[in-house]
Amino acid sequence: MKYIDPHVHMVSRTTDDYQRMALAGCIAITEPAFWAGFDRSSAQGFADYFRQLTEYEPRRAALFGIKHFSWLCINPKEADDPGFAREVVSLIPEFLKCKTVLGIGEIGLNKNTKNELIILEEQIALAESHNQLVLVHTPHLEDKRKGTRVIMDALSASHIDAGRILIDHVEEHTVAEVLDRGFWAGMTLYPDTKMTPQRATDVIEMYGSERIWMNSAGDWGCSDPLAVPKARLEMSRRGHTMSLIDKVTLENPKTFLSQSPNFRIDE
Amino acid sequence: MSELQKTCPQTREQVINMYFMEHRAKLLDVAAFLDRLDRAQPTTNGVDFREAAMIKAVRILIDGQPLRTRRILDLLSDDTTELPQSAHGMKGASGAVKPTAGAVT
Repeated sequence: MKYIDPHVHMVSRTTDDYQRMALAGCIAITEPAFWAGFDRSSAQGFADYFRQLTEYEPRRAALFGIKHFSWLCINPKEADDPGFAREVVSLIPEFLKCKTVLGIGEIGLNKNTKNELIILEEQIALAESHNQLVLVHTPHLEDKRKGTRVIMDALSASHIDAGRILIDHVEEHTVAEVLDRGFWAGMTLYPDTKMTPQRATDVIEMYGSERIWMNSAGDWGCSDPLAVPKARLEMSRRGHTMSLIDKVTLENPKTFLSQSPNFRIDE
Repeated sequence: MSELQKTCPQTREQVINMYFMEHRAKLLDVAAFLDRLDRAQPTTNGVDFREAAMIKAVRILIDGQPLRTRRILDLLSDDTTELPQSAHGMKGASGAVKPTAGAVT
């Protein structure tokens, strides 16, 4: 059994988690830049974080035979101060030269503010000018549907092909619009605030297996780095074929991520 | 594609056999939460918007119509379209919309 967890924040996890993921069949992960649980006080703090994502984590993952890739950005929660955000964004082009960076992410909105939207648009432009893939964070809870629509409008105003953009954290009230507009959709298996493996399997049954993947988004909160293999088990218990299970947890991630020349895995 | 196609590979009996106990427990959790609210000390602020939203959501559960999950998520979603300038001073997401801000009335 092999799978890819295309969204997990390993900087917040222990080395034991890498070991458990490897034992469960994880062959590759991709790690978007995100909010660390506290606001950083300087752009230099982000430079250090980007070094951690591009230098340190790939080495830690490699100890367990897992390929580690990353996405860079200033996350929406820390993007509400445009001046500060622009300082951070100015650091990104240099890091895009790293061989394990796949694109810009996870950009998006947090509280659906105009300030966040300004920085989202500037990071979309950065992705466009550097021909990068885009990984999108959508807001939580009651803000999700509104934020997802604003984000999709901003993305559609760019010239980036929708097939090079994945919109993450979709739920039953956003997945259809995301897929209908040509984007890829990510389902986050996260207790309490996002999806369970059962609901993610329901969504695949209702909306199909094209342009969709699952991820754990494991981080510093209550989360589960083994959520993807647990979803595979849920699909299997329900009687789905191994080819369908592999498609949404291995082949679809490979198809989307392989649009970046930096995505290379040996199987 | 219709979301209502018979896309679950299991029979109704298989679904019940596999999931009834799990969701029986979840249902009892909801009942216990509502009971706990009944037993809690009253406040002067009336019914909390989140409690009101949950009661509306429970009604969706038993209305016999399809796509309950999506309709509950829609019920709990902000329907407004304007964007505030900044998040300064805003609280985190609460899971339902305050009546003054939009959808839940």
